[in-house]
Amino acid sequence: MTASEKDIPMVQLLSPEGDFSVPSEYAGYAEFIKELREEDFLKFYRDMARIRRFDNEATALQRQGQMGLWVPAVGQEAAQIGSGHAVGPNDHIFPSYREHGVAITHGVDLMSIIKMFRGVNHGGWNPEETRFHLYAIVLGTQVLHATGYAMGLNFDGKVGTGNKDEDLAVITYFGDGSTAEGDVSEAFLFAATHKTPQVFFCQNNQWAISSQVESQTTVPLYLRGDGFGVPGIRVDGNDVLACYAVTKKHMDDARAGLGPSMIEAFTYRMGAHTTSDDPSKYRDETEYEMWKSRDPITRFEKFLRKQGIGDEFFAEVEAAGDQLATEIREATFALQEPSIESMFNHVYSEPHPLITEQLAWLKGYEASMGGHEGAPATEGDVNYGGAR
Amino acid sequence: MTNFVELSIAKAINAGIRKAMQDNSKVLVFGEDVARLGGVFRVTEGLLDEFGDKRIFNSPIAESGIIGTAIGLAMRGYSPVAEIQFDGFIYPAFDQIVSQLAKLTNRSEGFVDMPVVIRVPFGGGIGAVEHHSESPEAYFAHTAGLRVISPSNANDAYWMIQQAIKSRDPVLFFEPKRRYWQKGQVNLDEPPQDMHSGRILRAGTDVTIATYGPMVVTALQAAEIAASEGRSIEVIDMRSMSPIDFGLIVESVRRTGRLVVAHEASTFVSISSEVAAKITELAFYHLEAPVLRVGGFDVPYPAAKLEEKFLPDADRILEAVDRVMAY
Repeated sequence: MTASEKDIPMVQLLSPEGDFSVPSEYAGYAEFIKELREEDFLKFYRDMARIRRFDNEATALQRQGQMGLWVPAVGQEAAQIGSGHAVGPNDHIFPSYREHGVAITHGVDLMSIIKMFRGVNHGGWNPEETRFHLYAIVLGTQVLHATGYAMGLNFDGKVGTGNKDEDLAVITYFGDGSTAEGDVSEAFLFAATHKTPQVFFCQNNQWAISSQVESQTTVPLYLRGDGFGVPGIRVDGNDVLACYAVTKKHMDDARAGLGPSMIEAFTYRMGAHTTSDDPSKYRDETEYEMWKSRDPITRFEKFLRKQGIGDEFFAEVEAAGDQLATEIREATFALQEPSIESMFNHVYSEPHPLITEQLAWLKGYEASMGGHEGAPATEGDVNYGGAR
Repeated sequence: MTNFVELSIAKAINAGIRKAMQDNSKVLVFGEDVARLGGVFRVTEGLLDEFGDKRIFNSPIAESGIIGTAIGLAMRGYSPVAEIQFDGFIYPAFDQIVSQLAKLTNRSEGFVDMPVVIRVPFGGGIGAVEHHSESPEAYFAHTAGLRVISPSNANDAYWMIQQAIKSRDPVLFFEPKRRYWQKGQVNLDEPPQDMHSGRILRAGTDVTIATYGPMVVTALQAAEIAASEGRSIEVIDMRSMSPIDFGLIVESVRRTGRLVVAHEASTFVSISSEVAAKITELAFYHLEAPVLRVGGFDVPYPAAKLEEKFLPDADRILEAVDRVMAY
């Protein structure tokens, strides 16, 4: 931890050695941990290990040419699994594009995410069904969508009714780099003025591609919302219990009508920004080693072992991870190419003459070239200039 | 018995929005100064008293935020009608419009639709300072996923705003601001047609003029002058810039053989560029002359003292008519 980090208060309930302790000022958060049972702890671990195994498999698939790009979230599992499980089953989640961990806490099929990075589609899961909205590639745009959605919850009277089954809130994920975008600042402002039921969850993973967080802000990010009227708190983003407890509290408060708040999860991007990136060009190895000693999964394993969880459980999780990796690999190979029509589908919700005309033209063109609609072209299928 | 009232274009839009808000409780109106003031052009005047501050409210002065939150509200099942105060203020929202609003239905494979209307007072002729007189419609017509329309008269204004609000797709609704006070008869019972079809406003045999929005009146003036000189001009109000009702223009050009396309926007890569290209393709053997375009020059919109020289007037349109007739 750097000197400046030490001066900033941060909610931590698990030490890097896996010891659970509650500083008196965070006793309110620890209440939420007391409600958890052993099976919840095991679920947290399973999900963190599962998403890391998935993530590493996805990177391998990209390296083998099976995907155009992969966006690893390695190192951020505690921030994502902890916060994701704290979100209520009916709440809505607006992710950026690295929230694979949050996705599995809300039942998003991991193959939906693979499909997107393989280039089969642009997303395509049903956000009303999963409550996990589509990935947003342009930084910060989703934060405004989340705020608008939360404004709608206010208008619907779904906030602060006192009926816990009825009240809803929104959580939006974004990174330290995104905080520089104007959309994020505008979202803080709209959220504050509309007192939206909303948590701004910023994963500060220290790096915006090759730019250090210090080049994005001179003030700690958890203070960013203050001037807009959105109070913030920093949580140890590598402590799954702290991330769970703080998110749970803030989402409960949002649902109860107490307005928006911000959580800065202080974490680390252990991998590259994407598979196109090369952190060795800009990042110090000693920094990586320091953060590796804070690895969120290792830390939680230490905690569980101190609770008496033994080798059998960890072996079972590892085997499940291998099984998942095999399934993902096989399912990736089995993915169908998208049909030509799919490009023209849903450009508009209602009929549009240009779409109709161009699709008809393309079908005719393909037919005239002897192509096979919807089927991947193989070398044998290619008709070189129609010379037959 | 049909129910007609005389309204200005501004009042007709107001009446159309009011009707849409009465018909559908999910319709929300917001933007800068739209609530108590009724907007800087008073288009939303009186709606606050009737519908209350949960249906119509002022937004912070943040255009990206206005459109970004409109998208979120649409995801929640609302039908937002967002006002961008002036044409030249829409650019801070450009990303939310072209990268988000326009693409979300496609991105989500149809799970999400975006029934958002963006109202934009557009065009010049009011002696305004910079950024208050622009015609940015081509940017949006170029973007797949958006619909772009503009009424030229009160009856269309009343009906087209309602049709835009009912659409499940995002609609850019460009309001001809220098014609806001132009009055006309509004049929409160029956819409004239759908929002994407064009209309022949004046029949003629020599030249077709296709235009939209604030230039429609100018084109009709030009046709009147031409008639006094013995030329018969057909005037088409395109009404929709995306999609474009090419069928109507082709049918007209088959009869007249000559086409002039006019608008206030700069002509380079404009709506008229598309019309010229497409009509040349669709009606090549019927054309007696190349399709000519009349629009603003390809310079930044000038200071107000020069705008009369920038904006096409009836004479500039007639100059183009002379040229197509000379072939």
